[in-house]
Amino acid sequence: MCLGIPGQVVEIMDEAAHIAKVDVGGVRRNVNIGLLAGTSDAVDLGDWVLIHVGFALSKIDEEEAASTIKFLEGLGEAYEDELEQLKGSDIA
Amino acid sequence: MRYVDEFRDANLARTLSTQIAAVAEPGRHYKVMEVCGGHTHTIYKHGIEDHLPETIELVHGPGCPVCVIPMGRVDDGISIARRPGVIFTCFGDMMRVPGGDGSLLDAKAQGADVRFVYSPLDALKVARLNPEREVVFYAIGFETTAPSTALTLMRAKAEGLTNFSVMCNHVTIVPPLKALLESPDLRLDAFIGPGHVSTVIGCRPYEFIPADYGQPVVVAGFEPLDLLQAVYMIMLQLAEGRSEIENQYGRVVPWEGNLRALEVLQEVFELRPYFEWRGLGFISQSALKLSDAYRDFDAELRFDVPGVRVADPKACQCGEVLKGVIKPWECKVFGTACTPETPIGTCMVSSEGACAAYYNFGRFARSTARAGS
Repeated sequence: MCLGIPGQVVEIMDEAAHIAKVDVGGVRRNVNIGLLAGTSDAVDLGDWVLIHVGFALSKIDEEEAASTIKFLEGLGEAYEDELEQLKGSDIA
Repeated sequence: MRYVDEFRDANLARTLSTQIAAVAEPGRHYKVMEVCGGHTHTIYKHGIEDHLPETIELVHGPGCPVCVIPMGRVDDGISIARRPGVIFTCFGDMMRVPGGDGSLLDAKAQGADVRFVYSPLDALKVARLNPEREVVFYAIGFETTAPSTALTLMRAKAEGLTNFSVMCNHVTIVPPLKALLESPDLRLDAFIGPGHVSTVIGCRPYEFIPADYGQPVVVAGFEPLDLLQAVYMIMLQLAEGRSEIENQYGRVVPWEGNLRALEVLQEVFELRPYFEWRGLGFISQSALKLSDAYRDFDAELRFDVPGVRVADPKACQCGEVLKGVIKPWECKVFGTACTPETPIGTCMVSSEGACAAYYNFGRFARSTARAGS
C-alpha cells in the first residue's frame, strides 16, 4: 500500500467529483485528483501523476514517471501485487 | 557490486560511493536512520550497504504503517468485523497482521465479511452498493494516506451515506521521531526523511531535528541512486559541521508540501491526545481521529469496541526493530518461529517491514557477501 505508482491521465471522468481515468502500464482505472485540484499541480490530459491508494498525490514529469516505472518493475512482487490490487479497483 | 542494472546512472553511483567513503571520518561510526519502510525495502533489495563504508550503519525506523499498529487495535477491528451485517474493508497489507486472537484473515475464514480494497474510495463504493449493510473502512497510514481517507469521508458526507464509517488508525510521523531522539537506547547521527509523507507535509515539520538535536535531515526518493545521494548529502553536512534539512527528492516533494492535502486533514481529523504504537508504547498527539464534524462516521463511536490493550508476544522484538535498536536478524524468533508465511510480529507482515524486507532480500545479499569475502 505504500507504493506511489505513476499513471498517465487519459480522460477526465467527472470534473465535479475530481475523478480521472489513468493508464498504469496498460491498466486503465479511475483515480481521484482532488488533492491536486486548484493547485499549481492541477492535472490535464496527458499529465503524469504519482498515485497512492487511488489518489493522485503529485504531478511528475515524463522522465520521472519512466524512471519510477522502471524502478517499480525491478521490485517484482511488491509492484505486481499493487497492480493486481489496482486492477480490482472500481472508483466512481 | 551490481551497479549497472539497478542505478539510474551507474557512473554517478560509483562516484557517489567513492565520495561517501572519502568524506567519512576515519574511526568514526555513523548511524543514519531511514524513517520510511519504502526506503528500507530499497536498501535490502538493492544491497545499498554494499556501496557504503562499513562505518556507516543504516538504522531502520518506524515508518511502516502496518508495522506500528498495536495488537489491541487489530482486535478492536476484528470485533467490529464479526458483527452481523457488517462488511469490514481494509488494505490487503492489513489482513495478515496478528492481533491478540488471530488476524482479520482468520476472522474472514471464520465467517466475518472482511474484504480488502485498493482505495478507501473502493470501500465507499461497497457502501453505496450495499445500503442495507454497515460498511466499515479500517484506515491506516501516515500523512501520505490520511488525505485519501479525508477526501473519502468528505465525499461520503456530501452524498449523505449513513451506512459508511471509518475506524481511524492514521498516525503522524513527527512524534515518533521526537520519541526516538529522546530515547536513551539509540544514538543517531542523521535522518533520511521519508519521500511520500513529505509530499504531503513538506520539509518544514522536520526543522526541530537540526534546530533542537543538531542532526541533518535529507528527504529522499526511493530509487537506489536517491538513497546513495541522500547518504552523501548527509555525510557532507556532517563533515562540514552543518545540520540542516535538504531535499534530495525535489522532483516530487515540494518544500511546502501539498497545501490542499493539509487543508483536508485539518477539516476531517483532529489529533488524539495519545495513541499506542506497536513496540514504541503510548506517544502523545501522535495519531488522528475524526473531528466533531465527522463524528457520525466514526466507527469507534458507532460500534462498541473493547479498546483492550494487548501486550506484544514475549518472543517478538518488533519494538526494538522499530526503534532501530536491533537489526531484524538479531531478533530471537527471526526466520524460525516468525516468517512472512507465519508472522508473529508486524515487521514480518508488510513488504515494507524491516524483517520481511531482510527475510526476502537482505539475508541472501549478506550470505553472498560473506561467501565472496
